[in-house]
Amino acid sequence: MSLTAIGLGFIVIGAGLGIGLIGKGAMEAMGRQPEVLPKIQTAMIIGAALIEGVALFAIVLAWLVDK
Amino acid sequence: MVKSFRILLVSVFIWVSGTILFAEEHEGKAAEEQQFDALGMIMHHISDSHFWHVIAFEKKDGSVFEISIPLPVILIYDGSIHLFLSSAFHHGKSVVQKGNHFFKLHHDKIYVTDAAGELTFSEDGTPENIKPLDFSITKNVASMWMSVLIIFALFVSSARKYKGKPSAPSGIQSFVEPLILFVRDDIVIEQIGEEKADRFMPFLLTVFFFVWINNLIGLIPFFPGGSNVSGNIAFTFTLALFAFILINVNGTKTYWKDIFATPGVPGMVRIILIPIEVVGIFTKPFALMIRLFANITAGHIVILSLTSLVFILKTVYVSPVSMSLTLFMFLLELLVGLLQAYIFTLLSALFIGMAVHNEEH
Repeated sequence: MSLTAIGLGFIVIGAGLGIGLIGKGAMEAMGRQPEVLPKIQTAMIIGAALIEGVALFAIVLAWLVDK
Repeated sequence: MVKSFRILLVSVFIWVSGTILFAEEHEGKAAEEQQFDALGMIMHHISDSHFWHVIAFEKKDGSVFEISIPLPVILIYDGSIHLFLSSAFHHGKSVVQKGNHFFKLHHDKIYVTDAAGELTFSEDGTPENIKPLDFSITKNVASMWMSVLIIFALFVSSARKYKGKPSAPSGIQSFVEPLILFVRDDIVIEQIGEEKADRFMPFLLTVFFFVWINNLIGLIPFFPGGSNVSGNIAFTFTLALFAFILINVNGTKTYWKDIFATPGVPGMVRIILIPIEVVGIFTKPFALMIRLFANITAGHIVILSLTSLVFILKTVYVSPVSMSLTLFMFLLELLVGLLQAYIFTLLSALFIGMAVHNEEH
């Protein structure tokens, strides 16, 4: 149980770092080139969704292992 | 079309009002004496049920008065179909006899038992009795039908206005049209391309509005809403299965070549690459399924936990904190509900777009 909880913490750290970096990159790109803002937004959401997907896989696996 | 739709609406209304509201009293201890079970309450609220709970309140003598709508139970067991209303279970207290078979409700699952309703439990507390095939119209199914009706009401009326002479949008049409144009121009055409977009518009548009409206209905905290439809793994599984079929049925030669004979990769590397690519076929819709399920369920759990704070800490002074946090989460979930519908549609369109693209680029 506690080991799974630690693992979940790591998952959140990883996903948070990843989505944070994507957000940072997108913000900088938007600041430099506001004219391609919609494209950057779409790409940002897709990237964030893929990272989130990995995090959710890990959470599901953690839940299965813990069961 | 509209006439038949009205008839449908009226018949549903008659069904709902004609079904006798199922009121019941249980012997309950006064709330202060009972230990508040936050986890049990939350799990009860996010899971599916054979009853559509309306309201429950405690009477002065401490007994609990509960009103819920009984839903039809459809069971297939031993080669025959059994049909009855879920009120026959009396919330799990009674055994229902159909022919030679006896059915009992235990934690919203139906089991086959003997006449006395004995359940044998395994070591971890789950019943070992046989489960019949359960095709019941549960709370989630009924709620889903409700959102289908809402979608029909929204779209059939506005679709009719495009017949005949074109005119400026009016009424509900001016709400629906920008949303449809957003899905078409910013999601489908962007990801799939102009020429093939029309083929996938019906599916993606349906998914967008179906997920969104189910998300919103799930956020209504009282009777006709509140069922966790889009946070049900079976629901998201079905949507993801449709996406999976669409992606792979429409996959071009280029799509399959990228998987089984990736261009520009030496033969030995392919031994490693092909399994990864094949797994990738399944992980894409799997991620769609888990993402929607986890996001919506997590939202419901957080809202319910914040509401439970008052009962866990057993003081009324925490209620301003609990109420404001709950309100904040509700507003956030309104955003998440739209965002998840958008992401589901966007990623489905992206995967379909990847599958239907051709070699030249």
